[in-house]
Amino acid sequence: MDFSLTEEQQMLQKMARDFLTTECPKSLVRNMVKDEKGYTDELWKKMAVLGWLGLVIPEQYGGGGGSFGNLIILLEEMGRACLPGPFFSTVVLGGLTLLEAANVEQRQELLPKLAQGNLLLTLALTEATAGYSAADIKVKAIPKNDGFSIQGTKLFVPDAHIADYLICVARTGHSKGPDSGITLFLVESKNPGIGCTLLKTIAGDKQCEVVFDKVKVSNSSVFGEVNNGWHSIEKVLQKATVAKCAEIVGGMKQVLDLTVDYAKQRVQFDHPIGSFQAIQHCCANMQIDVLGCSWLTYKAAWLLDKGLPATQEVAMAKAWTSERFRKLTALAHQIHGAIAFAEDHDLHLYYKRAKVWELSLGDAYFHLDKIATGIGL
Amino acid sequence: MEFEFTQEQEAFRSEVRQFIKSELPSELKWRNYYFDFYSHDDEVGNFTREMSLKLGAKGWLSLTWPKKYGGQGASPILQLILQEELEYNHCPGIDIFGVTMIAPTMLKFASEEQKEEHLPGIAKGEVFWCEALSEPDAGSDLASLKTVAREEDSTFVINGQKVWTSGAHQADWAILLARTSQELPKHRGLSFFLVDMKTPGISVNPLINMANNHEFNEVFFEDVRVPKKNMVGDKNKGWYVVMTLLAFERWSIPFYAIAHRYLEDVINYVKQRKPLNPALRYRLSELLIECEVGRLLHYRIAWMQKSREAPDYEAAAVKVYTLELNQRVAAASMEVLGLYGILTKGSKWAYLDGEAAWNYLRCIGNSLEMGSSEVDRNIIAMRGLGLPSR
Repeated sequence: MDFSLTEEQQMLQKMARDFLTTECPKSLVRNMVKDEKGYTDELWKKMAVLGWLGLVIPEQYGGGGGSFGNLIILLEEMGRACLPGPFFSTVVLGGLTLLEAANVEQRQELLPKLAQGNLLLTLALTEATAGYSAADIKVKAIPKNDGFSIQGTKLFVPDAHIADYLICVARTGHSKGPDSGITLFLVESKNPGIGCTLLKTIAGDKQCEVVFDKVKVSNSSVFGEVNNGWHSIEKVLQKATVAKCAEIVGGMKQVLDLTVDYAKQRVQFDHPIGSFQAIQHCCANMQIDVLGCSWLTYKAAWLLDKGLPATQEVAMAKAWTSERFRKLTALAHQIHGAIAFAEDHDLHLYYKRAKVWELSLGDAYFHLDKIATGIGL
Repeated sequence: MEFEFTQEQEAFRSEVRQFIKSELPSELKWRNYYFDFYSHDDEVGNFTREMSLKLGAKGWLSLTWPKKYGGQGASPILQLILQEELEYNHCPGIDIFGVTMIAPTMLKFASEEQKEEHLPGIAKGEVFWCEALSEPDAGSDLASLKTVAREEDSTFVINGQKVWTSGAHQADWAILLARTSQELPKHRGLSFFLVDMKTPGISVNPLINMANNHEFNEVFFEDVRVPKKNMVGDKNKGWYVVMTLLAFERWSIPFYAIAHRYLEDVINYVKQRKPLNPALRYRLSELLIECEVGRLLHYRIAWMQKSREAPDYEAAAVKVYTLELNQRVAAASMEVLGLYGILTKGSKWAYLDGEAAWNYLRCIGNSLEMGSSEVDRNIIAMRGLGLPSR
């Protein structure tokens, strides 16, 4: 057992915190909420130069060959900073799917571009049911000539409006269960059959409706085996779910820091409010939740890094972080009082993201259900 | 980060499981539900002592001690594995006061003579201890205690009353905190003593708790003479010693393992009686997560101890979290069991001999014992987060 970060991880953590403190101030976060693109090329290029975009991409494809655990440390800092932009959609959802399912030619073509910051990707997975199960996949890809024709609507696709390619999860066959008969397609976003509409969300993050109207794709755009795509998606979803937990953990740590700092300096009744037990005990509860969420997340990440079974642990991490982040931000608001109810305070940025991240990649009920099923309940 | 146990640790866990399997009879009456091991009848009390001797003979009561004191210099992770297995299986035998709180405190503060006199008895499982700390007017505010130790020739003469002293009726020795100066500020006038419970002038009065168990007692000290050599640390410096003792106490019991067992028992009940209402299905899953959280936090403390990082507020966090977790498990168990939950030990239709009902009553103590939850939260806030005191 070892509950410490490696030296490499400590360096990454410090570098990321320093960099994001300077390069991703809350003024940028706010601007990107209003900005239609939702990110700046300048910051994206800088992250490419730092090696963040290719962090987990093998060296042979121009990446850093880093571990998933390192990516978790980086994502935690991004969550702390409320980093806007397509990192999660490109590197986590897109990049990990590529690494999981793409063949050598596809890797050679796409991964170096991704690492260099010249390729934006996203995963078109969820649909009108907004669910993350195989049974939710209804968009169809019908074999046609030397390829397929994709028909249907994807919803809550992150950053599809700026992505160069979408990885579309579509139904290609009806066989045994909902898990089979699903195929992954790499689709160019410029394809004339694609209609993309940006959705308005509480956090100003960029989620889209993507309509596929008889979108023709070639056989070479298939990732992995035809009809066997869900197998890959399940693996990607495990990692992406824990990656989301890492962002949540980062957000939680930052909210706790903000709250404790405020409680130390805000004076009422001639004392800092942080000296009142009503406030102290709230903060203590927040600290306990930060510890619990951190270690659940790190353990799930460690299992995935080792390639060990992690179904229960992943579900535990997401179920717990989803709930606790939301509750933590609400407590933080209570301690801050009216000042953070004001739009120009930063706390609501976290309150809003807490809700978005809670519902992304399966909410607590979705994951509690998995846990219950896993133990035979 | 590394969450895997070493081969040596896995082998040790198997050995402990094998020990429990061969030494603990399957009848429920031999089970020790955490603190109530003192409250069983004599037959079970004697069994607890027998098990203690067997654990001692294995060398398992002194695992982490330095070799020169008869220990094995083993990692605190091993100690936690042992306790996790024992608690999960409700297996009696460890005197938690002597083994997990007093011995490590002695290793830090006691003189060589004191260590030589007292550590072997703990290691062998022969000597059981209790903690004479709280008083009627000194609970969370322990330093306001009034019991006096007056210096006279080669002894200290103790007068006063202690209360909520768990196991005093069965302990051979006690640690005692008493006032040795009336002039100094309250924290600075206290000294820490080792007291033979057979010393004339000590009387023990049972206090029965609301779960109908005899765990704690009132202990009266009337002109009790304690040799000066039995003072641990310097005179008037007992507060430092007792703070260390209480820090060990906060992570002395892997309570997540206790809560986890109760939870699994009720999950097994549910599996025999479907369908379960969906709200309770989610709730049980959530509690399972909480047991895992408790486990990770507790192993982290053991790891910190192993890495020579002294756990501080982290221990308070583990303690308050896991003991309150048991309260949540107890509440959920009763809801799942419905009317069956109210049946107590000996009732014809009681599930697992009324375990859930007993835990539901006993768990009221969980947020009070070993320091109240409020004190733990104060520690997390002030020592962990640096929030100011008033």
